[in-house]
This record gives sequence, structure tokens and C-alpha cells, in this order.
Amino acid sequence: MEIAVFILFALVAVISAIAVITHPNPVYSTLSLIVTLFATAVLFVLLGAPFLAALQILLYAGAILVLFLFVIMLLNLRRQRSTSPRGRGQVTVAALGAVLFFGTLAASLLATGRPEPGALAPVSLHQLSRALFSHYLLPFQIIGLLLLVAVIAATVLARRAPAPEEER
Amino acid sequence: MAELLAPLLMIVPWVVAVLTAVVLMVWVERRMSALIQDRRGPNRLGPLGLFQAIADAAKFIFKESLTPAGADRPLYLLAPLLALLPALTTFVVIPFGPAIEVSERTLRMLVVDTDTGVMLFLALASLGVYSLVMAGYSSNNKYSLLGSLRAAAQMISYELALTLSVVAVLLPATSLNLAAVVDYQVSKQWLGFLPGWNVFPQALGFLVFLVASFAETNRLPFDLPEAESELVAGYHTEYSAMRFALFFMGEYMAMTTLSALGVTLYFGGWTLPGVDLAAVAATVAGWCGAPQLFGLPLASWLGPLFGFGVLMAKVALWLLFFVWVRWTFPRFRYDQLMRLGWKVLLPLALVNLVAIAMLTVGGVL
Repeated sequence: MEIAVFILFALVAVISAIAVITHPNPVYSTLSLIVTLFATAVLFVLLGAPFLAALQILLYAGAILVLFLFVIMLLNLRRQRSTSPRGRGQVTVAALGAVLFFGTLAASLLATGRPEPGALAPVSLHQLSRALFSHYLLPFQIIGLLLLVAVIAATVLARRAPAPEEER
Repeated sequence: MAELLAPLLMIVPWVVAVLTAVVLMVWVERRMSALIQDRRGPNRLGPLGLFQAIADAAKFIFKESLTPAGADRPLYLLAPLLALLPALTTFVVIPFGPAIEVSERTLRMLVVDTDTGVMLFLALASLGVYSLVMAGYSSNNKYSLLGSLRAAAQMISYELALTLSVVAVLLPATSLNLAAVVDYQVSKQWLGFLPGWNVFPQALGFLVFLVASFAETNRLPFDLPEAESELVAGYHTEYSAMRFALFFMGEYMAMTTLSALGVTLYFGGWTLPGVDLAAVAATVAGWCGAPQLFGLPLASWLGPLFGFGVLMAKVALWLLFFVWVRWTFPRFRYDQLMRLGWKVLLPLALVNLVAIAMLTVGGVL
């Protein structure tokens, strides 16, 4: 049962992820990304992390990608995508990056070995928050500070300098 | 077997209630607006015009479904279906009755009993915006596009205030599970005579939740995404017949589930102050001779049934309030809407959250 659900949603995630980068229409790319995030959220549930799954849908699918779509629709990018010429250098760098990434992934997978079934005990919300606010308190606070800085920076960048005729 | 069967059985009353609410609300909205505007309203079909909804449905089914030229067909067809998705999934975390004993185990009356709880509701509800965005984008119509841009901005803005007011309710209950929120309200009593409902200590949070829930469901005075005077009909301008009806149904169903959430958070959910529904169910079952029904005592069936009835009665009052407000207040202007969301509701929700957090830590709540 679990294996069947995993295979189904893993396939959905991979296929929609491919659609994200290959579809000519940016709106469809974004919608495919939502499907990818949704399928990964289901995989999180299978791994015993339903809270992470809910957060992923709430934050990424429910808020961030809406803004993606918002911008794409505002710019009215209909069925056109910047077809930048693919140079030889780009292909080489991309191939190198892919090899490095999958190499690291394979190496770490081989090093840790296959986890035992049931080794991933579902983490309760209380355990999660206790860890977050005691053991990982400092990194948590630093991330909060980082986000605050980003928010302030975005506000400053977005603020238009008041034009002289607008000032009375 | 019981693990699989119980959630399926619990979905049944919800689906029936949510769909019935749509049919009834069509009639209630038209009759109540007539009452408020000193008209008669639809009164020809059936007693008090009650069958008007059936006539409306027949009309929707037999009208022609048009697809505008230049529409993005897959998305255009998908959008109305997605409008129903959040409304038909979010109710799974809302409790609706006293816990019962099934084969030595305690079974709480909510479809998905997990400590993720209300987060699941918010996550699924946040997906509702895609239906509007897709409808606006795919219709190939500038009014539709403007309507869906407004919808996206509005729903994201008000989601923040809504979520923050919900978080403040979860703090004293120390759980994200809504069953725990109801238990907390049952265990409390305010000032010695008020029921332990969260609406009393969290009046500010309740106000934020109420206003934000109007914006989240695109109801007047916040129905900017479909403002008739500016955008024809907004994101569903190009939709006709049953596809339009699906948007319409989605709106009423979202109102119903959001009202159920509000009732559960602030008005004690399925409980009545001073009444033990499980005991009432046992008494009523006793009158009938306490028979067994499908391997369970009758009281185990009646308890959840009474609880669901109480919950729906409270939801009905909340829905009437929705209608009352719609026909009383004028529509906001778009800049006013944004200012209210970001500069009034969000700070108020934050103040409420900090205050409730301090009161909770201080042991007052």
C-alpha cells in the first residue's frame, strides 16, 4: 500500500518537475511546480512528517507560487519563453554540475546505507517544537533575523523615491 | 477494517451538509436580501419559494456552456472543478461529536485525527486561490485577468491575519488538533457564568478572523475580484451554465466550511454549554430500549449525530450573518481593502497573538 502510494506520487513529482523546465508556457511551468510540491508533500506524509507536508502546501503552494503566477500574469508572458542560445560552455557547466550533484547524492546514499523499514518513527509536533526551540534555538533565531533583513531590504528596494511634483 | 470504515462514514454527513447548505443558501440569500430591501423575493415555486434552488439548478444544467475564443482550454475547464476542491476537503479536521468507544478504542469524531490539525485546513484552503487565478488567466479576457489578480493579492493578504488569529486560539489549547480546542473550551468558564468559548477572551482575534473570513471567501464587502461595477463579473465573466454554477457552489461551500472552523475555534464547536451530548444520547437511546446498530450501541450513533446537528445549527447562524452583512455594507475600494488588511488587521492580529501568548504563559487562560 505504502509502496504503491510512494511510486505513484514519486512518478507524479518527477514528471511534473520535468514539465516545469520543459514546458514552453511559463504559466504551465508554474502550475507543474505546484503539482511537484503537492506530490513531495505526500511523500513527506509517507515519511512520517505530516506537519512539514502541511507547511509545504501552505507556504509554497498556497502563497509563494501564487506570487509567481501573479508576476507572470502581470507581465503577460503568453506562450513565449526567452530562447537564449545554448552555448557550449553552458552545456559543459550544466553537465559538470549534474555529475557533481548526483555524485554527492549517490556517495551519501551509499555511505549511510538503506534505512530499516520503520526506522523513521513519526515525529510528534511537541517533539519537533521542543527541538526547534531548545537544541536548534540559535540557528532558528538567526534564520528569523535573516528573513527580517530580507523583508526590510525588499521594502527599501520597492519604495519609489518621491517625485518632486508628487511632494506638496 | 474500522480504521478505514470510520473516516468514510464520517465524511458522509459532511458531504450531505455542505451540499445541502449550497441549495439552502441560494434560497436564503435571495429571500433575505428581499427582506432587507423590503421586497418579496422568489415566492412562487413551492412553499415560501423553497424550490427556487431546484429551478435554478435546472436552468444551469440546460444552458449552453460556452468556451470563449482564444481561451486556454485545459485550464479553462479545470478552474471550476478546482473551485470545489478546498471546500470538499477542508472539513476533515473539524470535530463534530463526543468521542465513542469502538472495539475497546476511543474514536474521536473527526475524519482526520492528527496533531497537524488546523494546519491541514489552512493549507488546503490556501489552494482555493488557484481556481480563481486559473479562471482569470485562461479566459482570455481583461476583466477576468484583473479579477483574478485582485483575488490573488487579496487572499494572500488576508490569509496572514486569518492564520495569526487562528494561532492565538491554538496557544491556550496547546494543540493544533481542533478536538483539543473544543475540549479546552468545554473545560473553561469565564467570569463564573459565561460559557468557556474562546470568543470572550479572544474578542479581538475573533473580530480579525471574522473580517478576514469575508475577504477569504470573496464576499461583500470584499468581493473586489468580481466587482460588477468595474469588472463585469471578474474572474468568472466568461463562464456560463454549470461551469459558472461550480464557482457559485464553491463559494457557498467555502463559506460553510470556514463558518464551521470559526464556530469550532470561537463558539465551542459541536458542544452546548452545560449540556453533555453523550449523556443526552444515552438517555434517548435508553428510551428506545438501547438497541445495537451495526455492532455499536445506539447511543454511539446518536451522540455524533446530535453533535453534528448542534454544529450545523451554529454554522447556520454564522451563514445568516454572512448574508446579513452582504446586503448591508457597500463594497470597499481596492486601496481601502489593502490598507485594511495590512495596516489594520495584521497589526491587530499580532497584538492579539502577543497578548494571548502572555496571558497563556501567565496562567490566566
